[in-house]
Amino acid sequence: MIKVAEIKDGIVIDHICEGKGYKIFSQLGLDKLDCVAVLLRNVTSVKMGKKDLIKVETLEKIDLTVLGLIDPGVTINYIVDSKNIKKEKLQLPAKVDGILECKNPRCVCATEKIDIVSFNLADKEKGTYSCEFCGSITSL
Amino acid sequence: MRHLIQPTDFSLDELDSLFALAEIIMNNKMDFIEACKGKIMASLFFEPSTRTKFSFDAAMLRLGGGVIGFSDPSTTSAQKGESLADTARMIASYADIIVTRSPREGAPLLMAKNSTVPVINAGDGVHHHPTQTLADMMTIKHLKNRFSNLVFGFCGDLKFGRTVHSLFEALSRYEGNRFVFISPSELMFPEHLIAGAQNGSQVSHSVSLEGSINQLDILYMTRVQKERFVSEEEYLRLKDFFILDERKMAMAKKDMAVMHPLPRTNELSTEVDSDPRSAYFLQAELGMYVRMALILKLFEWNEASEGKSI
Repeated sequence: MIKVAEIKDGIVIDHICEGKGYKIFSQLGLDKLDCVAVLLRNVTSVKMGKKDLIKVETLEKIDLTVLGLIDPGVTINYIVDSKNIKKEKLQLPAKVDGILECKNPRCVCATEKIDIVSFNLADKEKGTYSCEFCGSITSL
Repeated sequence: MRHLIQPTDFSLDELDSLFALAEIIMNNKMDFIEACKGKIMASLFFEPSTRTKFSFDAAMLRLGGGVIGFSDPSTTSAQKGESLADTARMIASYADIIVTRSPREGAPLLMAKNSTVPVINAGDGVHHHPTQTLADMMTIKHLKNRFSNLVFGFCGDLKFGRTVHSLFEALSRYEGNRFVFISPSELMFPEHLIAGAQNGSQVSHSVSLEGSINQLDILYMTRVQKERFVSEEEYLRLKDFFILDERKMAMAKKDMAVMHPLPRTNELSTEVDSDPRSAYFLQAELGMYVRMALILKLFEWNEASEGKSI
């Protein structure tokens, strides 16, 4: 089994659904950071069977909003001086900029060039969002 | 700066103030003939419209302002591929307020995001038509002087009718209302909209106008379009259930009001026109006054008094 050293300062994103690690890794832009960032796939988990895991060695703030959208079940551990100082469960963000795509062919965003379309949380249970322009419902 | 993009953009207090101003304008027309002197309204209709465009144009002209614009997008630079965002930026430098209709859902919001002057949505596809909702509400306020504890009957095509969807959403913000949805089962009011209703609005469905007309304070008729039915037989079998005529009017309350967003086809018999309870032409007229009030409010939203000039 591959061993990855514990990090001193940074975050550990745990309990990622099997297979979603890579998506999270790219959406958070971790491939663009200078620091050590590790993606582990198919890690054995008692609770989940298999899971993905990400460790990032950085003190810089990373915008984690998108995480709740991709995989609301993940746990975020904040590590400072090798100590786990905070464990956080995620919620679906109330508003998402970009990432999602409006599928309504009659929506203005289908024909006009709009840099970032925002989506508002429509249904917490179903994890659906509504397009800011046409209100049509979408999900990731 | 405020825009009007969807019916719920205004708070209940703001709506009260708007309808009060519209009523003042209606009763004191001459006091407002110079209220918008020197102001220009750009009327950008990317889709044909008669009623709404004329209502807005007349509203601005009655306030003493000027109107520029088009009702045929093929004559504009949109044909040359200009983006809507650029159109909004450019027009905002010529005009003081923009009124726009588009077949594209969300187009008025996109324009508002890029405009330095207020934008009014005059209809964006099947999405919103907030000034129709304001005209409808103004009529209810004028006739009943309240928006609560009323029984509303919505009749006709309730599945695809944008007008009734918006009106229901607007009225369910008030307390103690009851809604009777009268439609064939194929054209029933969407459940997800009912689920979003507030303030304990009571809702019931009916498949017969005759069976429910006697309970209503307001009857809101809409067009039943032939092409919505699965077959010609279905249409012929059901269409008469949703036609309002003198015989059905005889079963209604003495003070029930009949509304219709117009244009009508055969669902509203012309014999009802002479009935004092018919309110649909009044509704069209009040629509103009509420648009006049809206233009004034968007120009000077923060003005506390219901002033007679801006």
